[in-house]
Amino acid sequence: MSVIQIAKVSRWYGNVVAVNDVTMTIGPGVTGLLGPNGAGKSTLITMMAGFLPPSTGRVTLDGVPVWRNESSYRHIGLVPETEAVYDTLTGSAFVLANAELQGLANPAAATAEAIATVAMEDAAGRRISTYSKGMKQRIKMAAALVHEPSVLLLDEPFNGMDPRQRLHLMDLLRKMGADGRTVLFSSHILEEVQQVATHIEVVISGRHAASGDYRAIRTLMTDRPVLYRLRSSDDRRLASALIGDPCTSGADLEGGSLQVQVVDFERFSRLVPSMARDLGIRLLEVAPTDESLESVFSYLVGRR
Amino acid sequence: MNVTIARLTMATLFGHRRGLLLFILPGVLLALCVLLALTVDDTADFSTALLQMFGLAVIVPLVSLIAATGALASELDDGSIVYLLSKPIKRSTIILTKALVAIAVIFVLGVVPMVLAGLILDVGDPQTAVAFGIGSLAAGIAYTGIFIALSVISGNAVTIGLIYALLWEGVMGQYVDGAKALSIQQWSLAVIQKLTDDPNVESAVKLPIACILLLAVVLIGLTLAVARLRSLILSTAE
Repeated sequence: MSVIQIAKVSRWYGNVVAVNDVTMTIGPGVTGLLGPNGAGKSTLITMMAGFLPPSTGRVTLDGVPVWRNESSYRHIGLVPETEAVYDTLTGSAFVLANAELQGLANPAAATAEAIATVAMEDAAGRRISTYSKGMKQRIKMAAALVHEPSVLLLDEPFNGMDPRQRLHLMDLLRKMGADGRTVLFSSHILEEVQQVATHIEVVISGRHAASGDYRAIRTLMTDRPVLYRLRSSDDRRLASALIGDPCTSGADLEGGSLQVQVVDFERFSRLVPSMARDLGIRLLEVAPTDESLESVFSYLVGRR
Repeated sequence: MNVTIARLTMATLFGHRRGLLLFILPGVLLALCVLLALTVDDTADFSTALLQMFGLAVIVPLVSLIAATGALASELDDGSIVYLLSKPIKRSTIILTKALVAIAVIFVLGVVPMVLAGLILDVGDPQTAVAFGIGSLAAGIAYTGIFIALSVISGNAVTIGLIYALLWEGVMGQYVDGAKALSIQQWSLAVIQKLTDDPNVESAVKLPIACILLLAVVLIGLTLAVARLRSLILSTAE
């Protein structure tokens, strides 16, 4: 049972802030690190993996800092996003090398077991350079699992996988989480995360935006009452039409634009365009007024 | 020294096309010597000049460059070093193992060809041939220190190393007086001068100073490399 603690961590590169005052605790089970591209997910995982010091704050594994502490790798299995592996080796030679580097008592047996876990027995004798992207991902996974780490960190593990491989990896992660390991993976796709993760941490623009199980996150992102500002060719008629639908809870015409309180974002986002078309109203602007929610909004829109 | 790291390093060195260069360089040296031995009557006259100006000044630094950067810089470039670094292994073990692999490669593909070249050019003077072999080894070890450090410090280790090897060691170290005293080539030449009776071998640096400088370069280079690797930031982050 291992716990990763991120305490008041910020990380900047020159003038660019990649991670901004993030505090989170990642315990046993599967946690999904969710956020759009460039949100700081990789930076966070790289810090948890000990390959980047936080500019301020602390990143610890069971109370011990990870940065410049190579003994922590006895407990950490890392599946990096980078494609590069020792691709002149065969899959099993690569996993075996990882087992030996971990100083395992019986590296050959551990290798066979790890390769069986990721179901790569058939291709293990082939050179990694002949592998598809998904197979590479699995052999990297085997290399990370070979010493049975209590913590598993995966950076965008589903990238480049076909649906079958994706399901297999999801199964595997679920199993590892059920075994009591601390599994953390990053993704920019909500559906992916909610299928595997029992817990979700949302990062947007370097900030820790939300935390909870997927239902809570989904609710937060989609069902929370949000104030939207609309500008159209006929705000008053649009307001009366919108207030007639249960997805809104209020409308306000002050200040030259229409402000609508939205409770069901999914429904609202489908309703507005069709309603405007039916009424012959031209929409000029639809935007959330809350700055932090704007990023959630653009994130959800970008996903579609 | 870690056998697994040594094996992985060898796989990287010789698994890619760049590894071929390691064979081509000594091949060129030996081919040139054979050609001269077959066509020129008395190669013994210029044997030391060729060994020094082509072998010691060009082939040895280039073989060392490819061996040492191939052992470390290429893994840092493509990011596969992460599989070594994410293990409970001392960073000094990683650096030392890679340096040893580089030196072993330099021995087989730099030092041995130098001795062979010396013998091809002047079979009657094995002493000088062996002296050049030992000098090349001393130079190769010092170059390893420099190029291993350069691999961790700069993302352009190969380019910078190439400019250094060709300009500084190849040209300045041979022809410019002030620069001679600060070139590995001249330091190793001091070692060779001590080991051979050939009057044509002459170093710009005295032997004790040369030995101290050779040793210092290796120690400083490897220490620096270990320190840098210990706080290496992997730039997978956006």
